[in-house]
Amino acid sequence: MSSTSIDKEYKYGFTTDIDVDQLAKGLNEDVIRKISSLKNEPEWMLKHRLKSFKIWQKMTEPQWAQVNYEPIDYQDICYYSAPKSYVGVNADGEKPKNLEDLDPELLKTFEKLGISVNEQKRISGVAVDMVFDSVSVGTTNKEILDKYGVIFCSISEAIQKYPDLVKKYYGSVVPATDNFYAALNGAVFTDGSFCYIPKGVKCPIDLSTYFRINAEETGQFERTLLIAEEGSYVNYLEGCTAPMRDTNQLHAAVVELVALENAEIKYSTVQNWYTGDKEGRGGIYNFVTKRGKCLGKNSKISWTQVESGSAITWKYPSVILQGDNSQGFFYSVALTHDYMQADTGTKMIHVGKNTKSTIISKGISADKSSNVYRGQVKIMPSAEGARNYSQCDSMLVGDMCNASTVPYIEVKNKSAVLEHEASTSRLSEDQLFYLQSRGMSLEESISMLVNGFCKEVFKQLPLEFSVEAVKLIEMKLENSVG
Amino acid sequence: MLEVKNLCVSVDGNEILKGINLTVNAGEIHAIMGPNGSGKSTLSKVIAGHPSYEVTSGEINFDINRQKTNLLELEPDIRAKEGVFLAFQYPINVPGITNYDFLKTSFNSVCEYQGAPKLEDSDFRNFLNEKMKYVEMNPQFLSRPVNEGFSGGEKKRNEILQMAVLNPRLALLDETDSGLDIDALKIVSGGINKIHNKNNAVILVTHYQRLLDYIVPDYVHILSEGKIVKTGDKNLALELEKGGYEGVLN
Repeated sequence: MSSTSIDKEYKYGFTTDIDVDQLAKGLNEDVIRKISSLKNEPEWMLKHRLKSFKIWQKMTEPQWAQVNYEPIDYQDICYYSAPKSYVGVNADGEKPKNLEDLDPELLKTFEKLGISVNEQKRISGVAVDMVFDSVSVGTTNKEILDKYGVIFCSISEAIQKYPDLVKKYYGSVVPATDNFYAALNGAVFTDGSFCYIPKGVKCPIDLSTYFRINAEETGQFERTLLIAEEGSYVNYLEGCTAPMRDTNQLHAAVVELVALENAEIKYSTVQNWYTGDKEGRGGIYNFVTKRGKCLGKNSKISWTQVESGSAITWKYPSVILQGDNSQGFFYSVALTHDYMQADTGTKMIHVGKNTKSTIISKGISADKSSNVYRGQVKIMPSAEGARNYSQCDSMLVGDMCNASTVPYIEVKNKSAVLEHEASTSRLSEDQLFYLQSRGMSLEESISMLVNGFCKEVFKQLPLEFSVEAVKLIEMKLENSVG
Repeated sequence: MLEVKNLCVSVDGNEILKGINLTVNAGEIHAIMGPNGSGKSTLSKVIAGHPSYEVTSGEINFDINRQKTNLLELEPDIRAKEGVFLAFQYPINVPGITNYDFLKTSFNSVCEYQGAPKLEDSDFRNFLNEKMKYVEMNPQFLSRPVNEGFSGGEKKRNEILQMAVLNPRLALLDETDSGLDIDALKIVSGGINKIHNKNNAVILVTHYQRLLDYIVPDYVHILSEGKIVKTGDKNLALELEKGGYEGVLN
C-alpha cells in the first residue's frame, strides 16, 4: 500500500494571494441587484434574476440523491468575489483587449494550472475562456474565431453585446423552475462562457473553459450557453480545479446547449475539483445542471465526462431529443475515493421521431466512497421509432465502497426499442497479480485495467484530454490499491 | 537456477507449505504431483510472488546474472522481468484490452527492463506470428479482449503463447493440462516442448500422468500435506497412475 496521501498529490490545491472585491455573505434581493449592477447588466437580466430568486425561495433542496451532507446555510456563502485588478466589461460590453494586461498573479495562477496565456496565444488548437471565482478574466485566440464568425466570450459580455441571442436561448433548456440549484443559479450566476457557432461553420479550433475557485467561503455559480446554428459543429472542453480547504464550497452551475438542424455539439468535461481530505473534511459540492436540446432535425449532442473530483457530485447531463432523427450521447467515467459521494447519470428525453440515445457509464469506487449511476430514459408518445442503448458498469476497489445503478425507464410509445446492460466487477488482487506476473509494474497494471474498463468513454475524449484523464485516474487509484 | 530452501507458507494463518526443498537446474523439467489441497498451486504462486501468501520462513533463490538472488525480495513484475513465468490455472480476464496490446505491453516492459530494444508494431507482429504457430493460434485471437469469452482450452493456449513471447528462464505451469481435450493437450504440450531448451527450466504442476506422456519430466515430486514426500523419475508418475497416492506413499 502506498502511503502517499491524495492531498499531497492534488497539485491544484494552491491558493492565489490576490486582493478581491467581495460582497458580504448572504443572499437577498439587494445582493442580486448588486451583482447585476457590478456587471452593468440591462434591466431584463435583472428581472430574470429576481424572478429566479422568487422561484428559488419557494423550492426545497432535492432529497432523492444518495448523498449525505450537513444542511447548507445559503446565508453563509459569499456570492460574488472578483480580483480587485479585474477590469470588468464596460457599458459597451468591452473587456481589456490584451491578455498580457491581466494581473500577473492571475496569469501565474493559470500558468500553474497548465494554461499559459502567452502559450495559448501561440497554440492555435484551442481557445480558452478563463473563469476565476465569479468572473471571466480573459479569452484566448479570439482572432481566429472572429474570422469564422464564431462568438466565444464570457456570458456577461454576451448579455451586453448579443442581447437578442441571449434573450432567445437563455433559460430555454434549463428554466429557473427546473430545480432548486438551477433557480439559485438563475438568481446569482456571476459569469461563465457564451458560444455561438454560425450556420454551416465547423468551429476551426476547440473551445474550452477553465473554471477556478480561489476565494474562501465563496460559491461559484457559472452559467454557460452554447448555441450551434444549422449545420454547424463544435468541440467544447471544460476543466475545473479549486484549492484545498477544510470547509465545503458550493459550485452550482447551469450549462445549456442548443443544437439546430444538422448541428453537432460535443461537450467534454474533466472535473477535478478538490475532493476533501482523507477524513472527508472539505471539498467542493458540485451541484450542476447540464442539459442540451436537440432542437433541429438530425442534430447531435454528446456529453462526455470524467468526474474525478468534488466531495459530492450531483450531476445529470441530459439531452432533450426534440428534432426528428436527432441523437444524444452520454459517456461517463465517475471515480470516487476516500469519502467522496457521487450521484451522477443522465436523462434522455425522446420527443421527436426516430430519435436515438446512447448511454455508457463507468463508475469506479474505492475506499469508503459511494458511487451511484442514476439515469432516466423517457420515450414520449410522439417519439415514434425511438431507440436507446444503455450500459452501466461499476468497478469496486476494496470492500468498503459502494456502487449502485438506478435506471428509470418510461416508455409511452410502443414502437420504442430499449436495451439496458449493467455489470459490477471488482479490481482484484488476482487481476493485478496476473498483469504483474507478465512483467507490468503495479502502476502499468492499474493503468491497463482502468483503461480497459473505461475504454469506450476515453476514446470519446480529445486525445490530450484522454491522456490527462487516464493519468488522473491512475494517480488517484494507486493510493487505493495495493 | 532455482533453489527452494525449507519454504514455509501460510495463508490466513493456515500453514500450507511446511518446509519445501527443491532444486531445479537449467534444462530440466520437473513435475509436481499430489492430492488436492497438498499445496502444489501455492508453491508455484509463491515463487511468482502472489501477494496473498505469507512466507513464514525459508528462501527462494534464483540465479540472476549468475548471482543467487532471493526472489522473495522482488516484486512480482520484477520476477517476471528476470525470467520467472507462471501459467495460471485459471487465467484472468482483462476487459477492454486486446490480446495484442496486452502481449505487446508485456513484452516491451520486459525488454525495457532487460535493456533489449522494444519492438514496434510491424516487427512485433512478425515476431508474434511466429510464436502463434507454437500453439496453432488463430490471429483473430489478437484482436479479442484478453481471455474474455475464451473457452477453457483457448485460455490455456493463450497462457502458453504468453510464455512463448516472454521466453522465460523458469516456467511454472499450474495445471495447464486441466480442461483440455486430447487434441488441445497435444497442441499445448507441443508448444511447451518447442519453448523448452537447455537454458530454461519447466516446473509442471499436474494431477495427471497423461500430460507427462507428451512432456517427459526429468524428475517427479510428490507433494503431500505441504511437503515433498517422494522424488523419482518419470516412472514414479506411472506408479502413481497404477497405485494412487496411497499405494505410492505407503
